[in-house]
Amino acid sequence: MNFIALKMLTGDRAKYLSLIFTVAFASFLLANQVSIFCGIMLRTASQVVDVADADLWVMDRETQYAEETKAFTDNALYRIRGITGVDWAVPLYKGYARATAADGKFRQVILLGLDDATLVGAPRQMLLGRFEDLQIPDAVIIDRAGYAYYFPGESLALGKTFELNDHRARLVGIAEASAPFATFPVFYSRYSQALNYVGRERNLLSYVLVKAEPRVSLDGLSDRIESETGLRAATTEDFKWQTIGFYLKNTGIPVNFGITIALAFLVGAVVAGQTFYLFTLENLKQYGTLKAIGVTDGRIIGMILLQALTIGSLGYAIGMGIAALFFEITLLHIPTRGIVLLWQAVIGTGITVLIIIAAASSASGGCWCSSLRSCFEDSEDERKRDCGSLPGAA
Amino acid sequence: MNANEIAVRCRALHKEFGDGDSRIEVLRGVDLSVYLGEMSFLMGPSGSGKTTLLSVIAGLLDKTRGEIEVLGQRFEQLSSQERIRFRRDNVGFVFQQYHLLPALSAAENAAVPLLAARVPRGAALAKAKRLLEELGLGPRMHALPAQLSGGEQQRVAIARALIHEPHLILCDEPTAALDHETGQAVMALLVQSAKREDRAVIVVTHDNRITEFADRVALMDDGRIQRVEENGERPRAQGINRKRPPLDVISRGVGL
Repeated sequence: MNFIALKMLTGDRAKYLSLIFTVAFASFLLANQVSIFCGIMLRTASQVVDVADADLWVMDRETQYAEETKAFTDNALYRIRGITGVDWAVPLYKGYARATAADGKFRQVILLGLDDATLVGAPRQMLLGRFEDLQIPDAVIIDRAGYAYYFPGESLALGKTFELNDHRARLVGIAEASAPFATFPVFYSRYSQALNYVGRERNLLSYVLVKAEPRVSLDGLSDRIESETGLRAATTEDFKWQTIGFYLKNTGIPVNFGITIALAFLVGAVVAGQTFYLFTLENLKQYGTLKAIGVTDGRIIGMILLQALTIGSLGYAIGMGIAALFFEITLLHIPTRGIVLLWQAVIGTGITVLIIIAAASSASGGCWCSSLRSCFEDSEDERKRDCGSLPGAA
Repeated sequence: MNANEIAVRCRALHKEFGDGDSRIEVLRGVDLSVYLGEMSFLMGPSGSGKTTLLSVIAGLLDKTRGEIEVLGQRFEQLSSQERIRFRRDNVGFVFQQYHLLPALSAAENAAVPLLAARVPRGAALAKAKRLLEELGLGPRMHALPAQLSGGEQQRVAIARALIHEPHLILCDEPTAALDHETGQAVMALLVQSAKREDRAVIVVTHDNRITEFADRVALMDDGRIQRVEENGERPRAQGINRKRPPLDVISRGVGL
């Protein structure tokens, strides 16, 4: 009976294609919006995620998220280095500076000052130059997006100069860095040099990056650092989620995307579900005929499920294909770089489509039984008389 | 099963719909016997309960009270799924509006009962094609229902009713959607192809012009069988059951 189910499905080409298109559209919208939302949220923690070497971030106790820092005294660094279980601890400056190119083009930039000796936190993926060259006086590394802003259309080249808050800086490397939330260019320099760029405050140490000794519990080490320094220590993962959580709680982004995702779900559930439901209702007489002929309930339900699965899987596959194509294209553009089709969104959308289709099938599955008697048609008068009180008898 | 054995026996059969004030009693004590080897007609005015009786005989509706036995089987002893399987193995249907599946070809439509009985698709289609050839639809077996005339569609429906060789064929107004000539041809075809000693055919109809094909006519009114006229009480078409021309000749003769 499977081929009958598929022929019934594909018999009306226009309806069949509209069903697939609806599921494809809903799938695309769901996966697309969820991935963009997650991509944007992950951007808020870009600078945290990009530091792969450290286990713990030590910061002021009141720090809410990565962008907002309150500097603390350099003494804390030495105290942390003396705590049992700390393999190494290095300073990290994170702040903002104004970078002006030779042609006068300027922009607020994120400035990261890396430990002079070890350069912990340096970008992993260098597109041009070597990160070790940060040891050269006045050396800075810029991210690809920043370079494209200052020198649009130019091929990557080193040796260009900037003014960073009126201090000279020379480009020694171009790196690939995760896109920051505010899309500011990212500049890397040595810690000591970064302090020169931003001027003098009493305290300038934003974070201390800590590597734990092997087999030392990170939770236990965090507790020790917090109790001995009065600062706060968080794992990279915890700090990332704390930062993301801040944006989720304090911005309208989740509401905005939530509405879009809910709309996508509604489009999927209502339009795709209803279209399939109506499709099955239109076929009720055919199912009634099959049941009268002797096709069992189980096989009819199997036929409806096969139709639903066919539509669902084809629509889902097309939707995911379009979504993948979308992200392949947007990945090439600097403003949307780093936002990818997440596997979690792909799986989640698949489950959602399955639920929608299953709900629509079960809703329509309950109706075909009542269509059975309509196979026997009589004159209008007799039907009114004979069947008027029967549910679904038409 | 042999001719003159009872295929369907109804005794004091009642069928009601609804409850309380909205209760309608459509069948009010039907007594009826249908015999193997015969073509029995159920006739009567609109609202007399013919279709309801046919539905109860088919096991599509449950009786309210009374007795009904179909091919020696009491439906109340069967589960719903057993009843469906009983229908699949023993009953063929011809509907007024044909109810062919629009996406399937004529051959595929005719093969549906065999496919429902899990006969392999190739074998089912081969048998359907042979049957359609016999019914004069050889050149049209790949056509979709929408590409067939009303008479051709009804012939496909007859093929579908016959293909699994059931012992009981139920026809609901098989000629109502056809013009007189085509209706006559369809009935002749039905008689030629469906009448067998081990098979009973029940035809519900309003159409007085086809009663010549009946062996027995049960007249229904107000939910009861008022009278049964047996073979010989009405004028019958000469030679219908005696000399059988090939089926495709009958079809072509009336331009189906």
